[in-house]
Amino acid sequence: MEMIREKDPYPDLRVNIGKLRLQNPVMTASGTFGYAREFANLMNLHRLGGVIVKGISLEPRKGNPPPRIVETACGMLNAIGLENVGVHRFISEKMKYLKGLGIPVIVNVLGDSIEEYELITDTLCGVEGVAAIEVNISCPNVKKGGVAFGTDPQMAEAVTKAVVRRSDVPVIVKLSPNVSNIAVIAEAVEAGGADAVSLINTLIGMAIDLPTRKPALANVIGGLSGPAIKPVALRMVYQVAQKVSIPVIGIGGIDTAEDALEFIVAGATAIQVGTANFINPRASEEIVDGIRDFVVEEKLRSIRDLIGTLRVD
Amino acid sequence: MSQYQENATIIRFEQLTADNIRLTLESENIAACAKPGQFVMIRTATGKDPILRRPFSIHQASTNGRIQILFKITGRGTGLLAHSKVGERLSVFGPLGHGFEIREDRPACLVGGGMGIAPMLFLAKKISILKKDSANDHIIFGGRTRQEVEPLVNDFEQIGMRLVTATDDGSYGKKGFVTEVIQTLSLARETVVYACGPDAMMKQLHIYCQVKKMECQVSVESVMACGMGACLGCNIPAKDGHYVHVCYEGPVFNAEELAWK
Repeated sequence: MEMIREKDPYPDLRVNIGKLRLQNPVMTASGTFGYAREFANLMNLHRLGGVIVKGISLEPRKGNPPPRIVETACGMLNAIGLENVGVHRFISEKMKYLKGLGIPVIVNVLGDSIEEYELITDTLCGVEGVAAIEVNISCPNVKKGGVAFGTDPQMAEAVTKAVVRRSDVPVIVKLSPNVSNIAVIAEAVEAGGADAVSLINTLIGMAIDLPTRKPALANVIGGLSGPAIKPVALRMVYQVAQKVSIPVIGIGGIDTAEDALEFIVAGATAIQVGTANFINPRASEEIVDGIRDFVVEEKLRSIRDLIGTLRVD
Repeated sequence: MSQYQENATIIRFEQLTADNIRLTLESENIAACAKPGQFVMIRTATGKDPILRRPFSIHQASTNGRIQILFKITGRGTGLLAHSKVGERLSVFGPLGHGFEIREDRPACLVGGGMGIAPMLFLAKKISILKKDSANDHIIFGGRTRQEVEPLVNDFEQIGMRLVTATDDGSYGKKGFVTEVIQTLSLARETVVYACGPDAMMKQLHIYCQVKKMECQVSVESVMACGMGACLGCNIPAKDGHYVHVCYEGPVFNAEELAWK
């Protein structure tokens, strides 16, 4: 009897972020996907390229008082204040489940000083299941008068170096868009030895409740996310991809596969789905499906053939 | 705990007053596993604006696959829902959160103020099914005016609990707040109070229950983005100085757990 061999229906969606190998370019953005378990009965977690868990600090943080979120035109502002269980509880309570998922788990870390970043990296060293570290450099450096690590190229490079030196897994640095030239920060981070950059974090904004003259957020200002920021994010990914040779991970208002593919055309090797997870818990999986369909329809050998293919006349 | 995203068809649209609307939705999976006090998140637009789902208490869930929501038009999201029509579909996500803990062996007093009455119909029905006799259970339903209260009275009268209505202006039922009405009822000490309504109302009920040493469960409201513990945007202060999250630790809390302003 003759074997009928079907053509492999699944195209090549694999991408590499330094030494980190992803089965597809779709990850979930830190702070929008909890510790993944929250989404377990709503989607197929194993189909993701990776998950990036809620930002972890050395000590637990309580976060900001309410109200912490407010809806804005085509987006939302948040000032959660980095509420998290702290790195020790993260490892003891959350890692067992996460490592069982069979997909790369990337731990987003944050600190108020270089020493804190070092200590948290040390704590994560050798922890089974941690595939990479994503360094959030948007928080203020308490030792340097609150200037965010992410807005000063020298400080961005210093914190990158400190984490890279101590980490036993690839290091991704997540960039803040609240700077005049994000490419300069990206270059500094690359010089510091980062394996990749991810961008953008939220844009700082605010909203006011007119009848009461009060800020809509208790923290007064917050981070804008959602479809409203996509054009800004796309522009920044494009500009950074021109300047660095390490992989760029695109984030910002990605709602559909088309959004994700636009980021890849602009130069992103992979993408993260953020606010869309709140509205449609299956958004990230649907984006994987849409990318797969696109690669098949466009007869690409691999999704990698699309990276940075923007045609500028 | 099962949760579903369903495209639910609107099968009934009731305009109860100029501002108050009740929708009946065909939502088989959610109806099958919903518990009183739980909520659903509903998309009010198909595009990107407004982007976030809106939370609604489950007003009723039936064994024939239907759920109801009851709401007042307060902003853009509810304004859009008020223009929805029978036959249209809405993306509904739920059931979410931690509902009421029904104490079958104890008398119940359900208190709903304004739109806080929404979860009470589902709760009252469940309690009356679980108990053989609900004749010693009470429902106190208060609103600002006759228009707010009267359209729902029939539904509550059918349950077999003692229904007491009140309005701020005295245009229907007793004149005054539900927090005044409860003091006139001489409830048994082991009564459990289940409440939903404005913060000030729930605070007064909490104080009353503390004095009377009664258990008081409250369903609280918050802005939220996801409804499932991912955004952490719906925190409220707890008694111990920490925060609790309305979406997954609530929306129903023992009043003792919360910090009351």
